[in-house]
Amino acid sequence: MALLEIKDLRATVGEREILKGIDLTVNAGEVHAIMGPNGSGKSTLAQVLAGRELYQVTGGQVLYDGKDLLEMAPEDRAREGIFLAFQYPVEIPGVSNMYFLKAALNTIRKNRNLPDLDAMDFLNLIREKMTAMKMDQTLLNRPVNTGFSGGEKKRNEIFQMAVLEPRLAILDETDSGLDIDALKLVASGVNAMRSPERAMVVVTHYQRLLNEIVPDYVHVLAEGRIVKSGGKELALQLEEGGYAALGIYDEAEAVGKA
Amino acid sequence: MTAVTEQTGAWLAEFAAQAPAASWVQPLRDAAFQRFAELGFPTTKNEEWRFTNVAPIARGRFTAAPPVELDVDAVAPFAIGTRLVFVNGILVGSSSSLPKGVHVGPVNENAQTHLGKYAAFERNAFVALNTALLDTGGYVQVARGTVVEEPIHLIYLTVGSEPVLHLPHTQPRSLVVVGANAQCTVVETYLGTQHYFTNAVTEIVAGDGAVVDHYKVQLESPEAFHIATMQANLGRSANFSSHSISLGGALVRNDANATLSEGAEATINGLYVVTGEQHIDNHTEIDHAKPHGTSHELYKGILDDQAAAVFNGRIIVRKDAQKTDSKQTNKNLVLSDDAVINTKPELQIFADDVRCTHGATIGQLDEEAMFYLRSRGIGRNQARSLLTYAFAQDILDRIKVVPVRDRLEKVLFDKFHEHGG
Repeated sequence: MALLEIKDLRATVGEREILKGIDLTVNAGEVHAIMGPNGSGKSTLAQVLAGRELYQVTGGQVLYDGKDLLEMAPEDRAREGIFLAFQYPVEIPGVSNMYFLKAALNTIRKNRNLPDLDAMDFLNLIREKMTAMKMDQTLLNRPVNTGFSGGEKKRNEIFQMAVLEPRLAILDETDSGLDIDALKLVASGVNAMRSPERAMVVVTHYQRLLNEIVPDYVHVLAEGRIVKSGGKELALQLEEGGYAALGIYDEAEAVGKA
Repeated sequence: MTAVTEQTGAWLAEFAAQAPAASWVQPLRDAAFQRFAELGFPTTKNEEWRFTNVAPIARGRFTAAPPVELDVDAVAPFAIGTRLVFVNGILVGSSSSLPKGVHVGPVNENAQTHLGKYAAFERNAFVALNTALLDTGGYVQVARGTVVEEPIHLIYLTVGSEPVLHLPHTQPRSLVVVGANAQCTVVETYLGTQHYFTNAVTEIVAGDGAVVDHYKVQLESPEAFHIATMQANLGRSANFSSHSISLGGALVRNDANATLSEGAEATINGLYVVTGEQHIDNHTEIDHAKPHGTSHELYKGILDDQAAAVFNGRIIVRKDAQKTDSKQTNKNLVLSDDAVINTKPELQIFADDVRCTHGATIGQLDEEAMFYLRSRGIGRNQARSLLTYAFAQDILDRIKVVPVRDRLEKVLFDKFHEHGG
């Protein structure tokens, strides 16, 4: 059974249809890249999978581990192992990173029938993962994402992913705004998590991230549909010819980035 | 009889039944009662009371809360410093190891030049009523140049009753007189059980160069009526801060007023949290009487269910008060469709070389932040409590008395948690 099976998924925001029939199957152990120009619906797809209520699903079906994903609340999706690394991580003043992460980890552990981590084990775990992401440990006592630089926010997403150990990780333009060193760091964090039990959907505008996180499959999304699928060589082809070579252009009124 | 005389007349028996006061207090009581009878209880036609209807108090019948015996340690919400405890208006306990030059106890004749001189009963019927029924009162006096490290805690507890015809009332009165260049921290805590009416007046005098930190923690019972006026008068270059945390009560009105002399600095902050059918009204008045004064004001409110809150922030800059720097902010988090907030800045500026800014916001929980928390497995209700608590956090962070802050953090956390489900 596929881990994720998307069939003819359609979604709108307000009156506007953004996803116009997406079909995609992702098996455990696979890394799929979703590429496409601005406004093609990449981020919308990522957010719909995580359960963002801003979008209305108007048709189709999504099965996750055989279950109807669209029926599940966002928190239940997370507890079942879905993780979205946000394109724009949200600043939450007044909620400490430490408290937030502990609450998240313990609810997810509870769902896996694991006991709460005690304070010491929790600290050891997050110290180890922070070191791997070269993150300053003082960030733990700061409010979630508040006052973080762009790079720190992206690293914080991957750090959270490492702590929460999802079965399906969706990375939404995790490369945007990163310099090459930060990009390599983020990619190594992601690569360290590749495993036969885990699948990843990597949403990106540019090919450069895929030099670091080499996908098994590449899909090109345009105007709310997957117009081309292939292996990793498809990304290289796009790098050389651009989307225009496939007859695809940025949508003038890009709304998919929300 | 008119409604006014009927309502105020009902208090005549209470006034007349009092034990005689000291000879210097009695004329104050008499004048205040006369003024109370003239003013009558305010109605919503009075601009100052437009959004707060005190009819349940005006039409109510009250009797002085009877003496009760209580274990003071069991009721104090936090154990800090020197303590003065009033139960049903009677001073039942004090603990102290006071430095030289400090008095913490009942009002005595040393208070004569200050008592009733700041909180104006001429224009506020509730202040007049409190003054007319003035009894023991809590008196904090700090001699000039004296630094009191430990906070001084005034606890006013009212043991109420079932909703009977004559509800218990208490008239807490506090007077804090801090000499020039002296320093102290005063915490007032109000709490109680069942139905009652608390009508409090606090006068604070900060001498030239004095540093006074004041906290008012209002944890009245959910059925209580609580009306209170705090009037602070700041000397030259005095530094005064007041934090008013209002969580309890069915019908609550807080007036927090400060008058600033030259170069004085006032920080007037507040947090109000209303749920169910609670109504909490905060009126503040910062009066820049002299030049070079600074005031900062931040009030935050959290409203849920059918609750209502009022914020009215008046800032007066007198003709003489050039170079005043004043900032006022009111932020509200509204969690339900049925909650109502009325917020109004009121700037009266008569000087021309001043800086005054004000801003008010009314908002809901941030939908993106909710989604972010939920996308990490945190349930909807827990996410809601977390964000609500976070909204209040910056006011709590400013509370410098650690046991008070810890206790309030816990009360608030429980309140949001329980409320959020």
